Amino acid sequence: MPTVSMTVNGKQVSGEVEARTLLAQFIRENLELTGTHIGCDTSQCGACVVHVNGSSVKSCTMLAVEADGADVTTIEGLAMDGDTLHPMQEAFRDNHGLQCGFCTPGMVMSAIDLVDRNPNPTDSEIRDWLEGNICRCTGYHNIVKSIAAGAAAMRGQKAAAE
Amino acid sequence: MYDFSFQSPASAADAASALGAAEDGKILAGGQTLLPTMKQRLAMPSDLISLKGCRDLVGISSDGSTLTIGAMTTHGAVAASTEVAKAIPALSALAGGIGDPQVRNRGTLGGSLANNDPAADYPAAVLGLGATVVTTKREIAADDYFQGMFETALDDDEIITAVRFPIPQAAGYAKFDNPASRYALVGVFVAKTAAGPRVAVTGAGQGGVFRASDIEGQIASGQEPNSASIDEGELNGDIHASPAYRKHLIGVMAKRALASAG
Repeated sequence: MPTVSMTVNGKQVSGEVEARTLLAQFIRENLELTGTHIGCDTSQCGACVVHVNGSSVKSCTMLAVEADGADVTTIEGLAMDGDTLHPMQEAFRDNHGLQCGFCTPGMVMSAIDLVDRNPNPTDSEIRDWLEGNICRCTGYHNIVKSIAAGAAAMRGQKAAAE
Repeated sequence: MYDFSFQSPASAADAASALGAAEDGKILAGGQTLLPTMKQRLAMPSDLISLKGCRDLVGISSDGSTLTIGAMTTHGAVAASTEVAKAIPALSALAGGIGDPQVRNRGTLGGSLANNDPAADYPAAVLGLGATVVTTKREIAADDYFQGMFETALDDDEIITAVRFPIPQAAGYAKFDNPASRYALVGVFVAKTAAGPRVAVTGAGQGGVFRASDIEGQIASGQEPNSASIDEGELNGDIHASPAYRKHLIGVMAKRALASAG
């Protein structure tokens, strides 16, 4: 069986996997990071979105062997010290951007990739970007509000750091 | 998904020999179509040969008359490229409208063309612009490359390395997309070139992407495009749109594409 190694949330990890193992399975089953959800397993719902080398991807539609050597961030990697949430997570909480929470990890990971590329997105750009993330509870309204607020907070954090 | 043996060669030439040697090998580019197809067991390759290590297949360059895009360049990279936006803005817009952001971060130009899905966007641009498909063996003109639904001129052991797009005077793409998948119900690419207009239609034809020569003639003579002469019997019908509806949309999308070309 192939061996894969990659950096996940800043830690070096490796494992022996079947070639057909999906990145989502490797993250959930080998690394036991179950914050990355598998909703549809058909590349449509976006619950499994993680960052690979800084870009959001659907981890159910990428082989673990394809991520060999990559730098991967999952939802668990955002609040690094465990207590302080990432501003985007905080914004979802403050704006009631979730109900059942199943889609939330993918929504947050997708949203952060958007803000990295477009620090001040309009509501219509946010909605457009969420094409690949499906939520069956909220009707998206509060998710869009959360992402706009999260983007503002991320801009503030960046300005403060400079 | 059935298991397979996995290889990740460092060059397209090595990948082509691995493909030739495999019992039932498949090339893995971005995997955004192939992996879902394998999960459904509609494809069961013995070997997957990944192109992720072939760095020479990634990149975008322009010499002012030709825009060259490496086969492993993602849709997201094409959509975000200032080089592409300057040379062929219609191609940027087309790439930015494929699937969703995560699919665009993985899916590639070469993968889309090798698959030749009858509702994919890139075939319309490649045929509409009269591009050249460069492979590990030869150069194939777009007019010879697309050979029917999921059929191309590629040999079993041939891999696309790049696509060369001649930069047109102007171009536009308009698609009426399936709201769930973002695949084209009908997409029309119009290019104004020194040799006259070229019009390619995706999403509509039973044989995949095709050139609409009558619409090219209408644009050349300054008429408003219309789809009256398109044979409805050659068009797809499904739960999303009947052949008659697709025929109508070809005219509407041709007008919009022409308007966006300016």
